[in-house]
Amino acid sequence: MPIQEGTYGLLAEFDTPSDLVRAAQTAYDSGYRRMDCYTPYPVEEAAAAIGFHRDSVSLICLIGGLLGVVAMFSLETWISVWAYPMNIGGRPYYSWPAFIIPAYEWTILFSGLSAAFGMLAVNGLPQVYHPLFNSPNFRSGATSDKFFLCLESTDPKFDVAESRTFLEGFEPVSVVEVEY
Amino acid sequence: MATKDTPVNDPMLDPITGEIRVIGPGHTFKSVTEKISRIVLTPHTPLGWYGGLFLAGGGATLLLIAVTWLFLRGTGIWGITQPVAWGFAIINFVWWIGIGHAGTLISAILLLFKQTWRNSINRFAEAMTIFAVVCAGMFPLIHTGRPWLGYWLFPLPFTMNVWPQFRSPLLWDVFAVSTYATISVVFWYIGMIPDLATLRDNSKSKVGQFFYGMIAMGWRGSVRHWVRYETASLLLAGLSTPLVLSVHTVISFDFAVALVPGWHTTIFPPYFVAGAVYSGFAMVITLAVPIRKFYHLEDIVTIRHIDNMGKVMLVTGLIVAYGYGMEVFMSWYSASHWEYFMMWNRMFGPMGWSYWVLVTCNIALPQLMWLRKFRTNVALMFLMSFVINTGMWFERFVIVVTSLYRDYLPSSWGTYKATRWDYATYVGTLGLFTFLFFLFVRLLPMIPMSELRILLPQAKIHPKDEPLPEAGD
Repeated sequence: MPIQEGTYGLLAEFDTPSDLVRAAQTAYDSGYRRMDCYTPYPVEEAAAAIGFHRDSVSLICLIGGLLGVVAMFSLETWISVWAYPMNIGGRPYYSWPAFIIPAYEWTILFSGLSAAFGMLAVNGLPQVYHPLFNSPNFRSGATSDKFFLCLESTDPKFDVAESRTFLEGFEPVSVVEVEY
Repeated sequence: MATKDTPVNDPMLDPITGEIRVIGPGHTFKSVTEKISRIVLTPHTPLGWYGGLFLAGGGATLLLIAVTWLFLRGTGIWGITQPVAWGFAIINFVWWIGIGHAGTLISAILLLFKQTWRNSINRFAEAMTIFAVVCAGMFPLIHTGRPWLGYWLFPLPFTMNVWPQFRSPLLWDVFAVSTYATISVVFWYIGMIPDLATLRDNSKSKVGQFFYGMIAMGWRGSVRHWVRYETASLLLAGLSTPLVLSVHTVISFDFAVALVPGWHTTIFPPYFVAGAVYSGFAMVITLAVPIRKFYHLEDIVTIRHIDNMGKVMLVTGLIVAYGYGMEVFMSWYSASHWEYFMMWNRMFGPMGWSYWVLVTCNIALPQLMWLRKFRTNVALMFLMSFVINTGMWFERFVIVVTSLYRDYLPSSWGTYKATRWDYATYVGTLGLFTFLFFLFVRLLPMIPMSELRILLPQAKIHPKDEPLPEAGD
């Protein structure tokens, strides 16, 4: 990412999740799109208010799981039938019922790892630096007891003065201009 | 379910439903954050913590000595011999991994069933899972005799072109347990990220800010992130549920696929899984009771939790009792001489006492948990948790030893006597487990703050037209 300068966005702080959801909904309805809410615990209503409904984690998980089952079952088949065939108590080389169990475990292993790391990747984490951390009230509240709405400067509707007036209309605790 | 035996003005009772609260009254987002993050972030470490760590560290050192001696001398220092070639190592392996299962049950299955009371206890139950799997996973490895060749168990392309044999339940175990350990660690860590961010933001020291900042990976609580996070948590829970059932099922296959009387039975998978959950919940109580006392968390890990866990133990205990009953029934109904003798020998043979310890600890005494008064008495439940885990250890002892030492051929009968190295290894893993747990309690958030916040009444969203209670204007 190139080094950016200027304003990242305007950050409004709220005391309750209800205030946040109301503000986010109104902002979305008035045409703001590049914005985000920050909450200390999952507030689904806030995500819905800013028009975020679907995520791709389930799909990533499914692909991972399918990879896992195919990988393990074919590995077992290749090993037991071609690479190292062994006669174990007269059972066939291709003993598929026995192969199900490791394949099942790898389905879970791959889909679990894909869900977890896929979620982090789609979220853009790890990302240790973020402009919002420059705002002192964000650092002390966003992961504890405060609720934030950030209108980002990349939004075509964004204007520092106008957007500030707009946010102050919701009577937030504070509105802070966040620098990059 | 109103409680008549508790005073009406008890603050721990919900005035509307009359039930015992999941969290004590009067908590806010801030108080929850402060109460839990203070345990980790305080610069003053309680003396008791050092004392406990020292004792547990002594146990862990004993394990180190026992394992070092084992590596130098081989498995001959243990009591295993023919015909009992699976002694303490396998007993302890099954016991520890069973203990781990309650952590997954609490974090995964109760999440899927939307049992929000679990939010207070799931983090340390998950930690318990991981530390128990650490102890468990060690046993089969050191039991192989040449643990430095342990990588042979994995399908790796060696130059000598030897590959694992996939029809063996022992190999299935390798995949089940390694997957279980990996997924448990990932689930635990993903669940901890938002709380690590809280610790990062509340830490006053540079070291703390850096350490928690790095492992929180820059979590900032964006609702977009939260939506994906919730999906990932649900998926992990959904995956962990069949995983936890499969792990103990596969472990029971280690026995059930063999032809030894007392092992070769189809009831093993469900009865092993129920037994695992049973002992695991007992271990959660063993850990939760001192922790809530020591860190004054009585309003977060409440009597409601102890009561609910008592109910789960009662149910799983009854399933286990059914399993024992069925084993006895089948040894008669199968009309197999060997099965019949195995059961007679198990009950009245030279090691019959172990069967009766098991029946007393796992079936008889836990029936006291039918009484609500018993389930809501913390001290008694604490004692009961030890009784159950003793019983569950003896269950594995009975299955492993009393099936093996007298099977088909009387001329091959033998006996089993554990040596001091067997005991040292077992006590050592108890020490290691406690040691890791002490470190966890001091360094990481043991109660999920972000999930507790959801349980607070303030978290409720008021619809647009309804006036807010806080709106004073």
